[in-house]
Amino acid sequence: MERMQIYLPIAEVSVNAFLVLGLGGLVGVLSGMFGVGGGFLLTPLLFFIGIPPAVAVATGATQIVASSFSGVLAHFRRRTVDLRMGSVLLIGGLFGAALGIILFNYLRSLGQVDLLVRLFYVVFLGIIGALMFAESLRALRNVNKGKLPPRKKHNWVHGLPFKMRFRVSGLYISVMPPIAVGILVGILAAIMGVGGGFIMVPAMIYLLGMPTKVVIGTSLFQIIFVTAFTTMLHATTNYTVDVVLAVLLLIGGVIGAQVGTRIGVKMKAEQLRILLALLVLVVCGKLALELLLEPAELYSIAPVELK
Amino acid sequence: MMRLIATLISLMMATSLSARAEEIVLGLSQAEVSITTNFDGSEILVYGAVKRDAPAPDSGPLGVVVTVSGPSVPVLVRRKEKKFGIWLNADAVEVDRAPSYYAVVTSAPLNRVLTRVEDLRHKISIPRAIRSVGAPMNISNAALFTEALIRIRTRSDQYQVIEGGVKLDEDTLFRAAIRLPAALTEGDYAARIFLTRAGQVVASYDTVIDVRKVGLERWLFNLSRENALLYGLMSLAIAIGAGWGASAVFNMLRR
Repeated sequence: MERMQIYLPIAEVSVNAFLVLGLGGLVGVLSGMFGVGGGFLLTPLLFFIGIPPAVAVATGATQIVASSFSGVLAHFRRRTVDLRMGSVLLIGGLFGAALGIILFNYLRSLGQVDLLVRLFYVVFLGIIGALMFAESLRALRNVNKGKLPPRKKHNWVHGLPFKMRFRVSGLYISVMPPIAVGILVGILAAIMGVGGGFIMVPAMIYLLGMPTKVVIGTSLFQIIFVTAFTTMLHATTNYTVDVVLAVLLLIGGVIGAQVGTRIGVKMKAEQLRILLALLVLVVCGKLALELLLEPAELYSIAPVELK
Repeated sequence: MMRLIATLISLMMATSLSARAEEIVLGLSQAEVSITTNFDGSEILVYGAVKRDAPAPDSGPLGVVVTVSGPSVPVLVRRKEKKFGIWLNADAVEVDRAPSYYAVVTSAPLNRVLTRVEDLRHKISIPRAIRSVGAPMNISNAALFTEALIRIRTRSDQYQVIEGGVKLDEDTLFRAAIRLPAALTEGDYAARIFLTRAGQVVASYDTVIDVRKVGLERWLFNLSRENALLYGLMSLAIAIGAGWGASAVFNMLRR
């Protein structure tokens, strides 16, 4: 019982089943609470327990499909998914993911893909974490003073053509910004091996002006399709999806996601945002330190790519 | 001069005679290692006896060396360097052949049971089992990269040197326990047993340990390679099914 080891057929390593279940659960809670897939946390954690990076990235995507699906069903029941907005984002997302894969393979041919992925993480997590943190602090202070948070109804986004009505979000805006957000998230998803929720959620709130309650369900909806697409790409080109690892992660993950969704409902939007901002900053800080401090082992072993 | 040649010939005959005079009779506790779902490493017992037609020669103390080697593949060893204030991969050396697993178990310290020349000839010690040729010209100290490879893999138990791990009884019976770690790659594992006298190999024996995934592990691995599309769709179906199932269960619990 105390050593419940499971051998993973694709990763070719033996892991403790309870450890993996716990990781899945932790990431699931975050997924349900914040509407992020949790990939930005799961992928580095999988590296840490000794899963080969390629398998971690691919299997992480599979796990995100499961926890997002579980999460989106809960949001559908509460009618907090903007299907129309989700579809527009998805069109951009799939296009971006395809672009991202091309870019990723190009970077790999240059031999510095590890560094670039890491830099992407640090830069994007840093910017977004800092912006969100500052914004939520301001919002929280305003709420405490009894003032209503300022809602910027009109910014440059509203001047663009091809307008469409998004009833659930209560918006009448051009489809161009959502498609652009979708493309950006798709590219990041392919390069960083994550769902991209941590980029998309703030973009939806601050750029598109969507209400926070709708944002989470809608981003989960979009994440399912983008990560499913990524899973298939990895499974058919790199053979790196480990279904045994995925099952362990998602058993923990789906339970966690349900718990997380319940927690998310009970909390105020501002509190939720400040927590997510802090989490993003912590992960960013850890990755940045790894780049800045001298590693204990300077050497690393990688399989030789078969050409 | 003639006497010198005669002495040399008789010496050579003596060594070749002694090579034939001692042979290895070997047994393995298992010739197959099955990787099942709950595989958590394995231990293989290598045991055997020295068969002699004549009394044991007195050309030095008897030594036994057992090696087990996993499949060899080329690997890339990278070194990080500080550039622009951050640590990034700079130099890389490709090691042409590095076994995924390698164990050397001896009856006494390696440098006593084996001379350097014999080690080179039979590629017994870990640095000899790894083949690295043609490091790029711009890398001054390529040996550091091979050392790093050995260091990293020794830390994770993939490479092991157990001096004194072979128990030798009456200069005839020997046995050694080889520990295989949980993270094992499948393939044919070559097991080699060397008998040495004064550091010279006098007899050797080769056999293969078959390390294979079985059952579910085998089936999933094959499916992922041979029918990747189906495997990917299956993974997605499981993921979506589990997500839906958990949601349904939680809903029922709430009511």
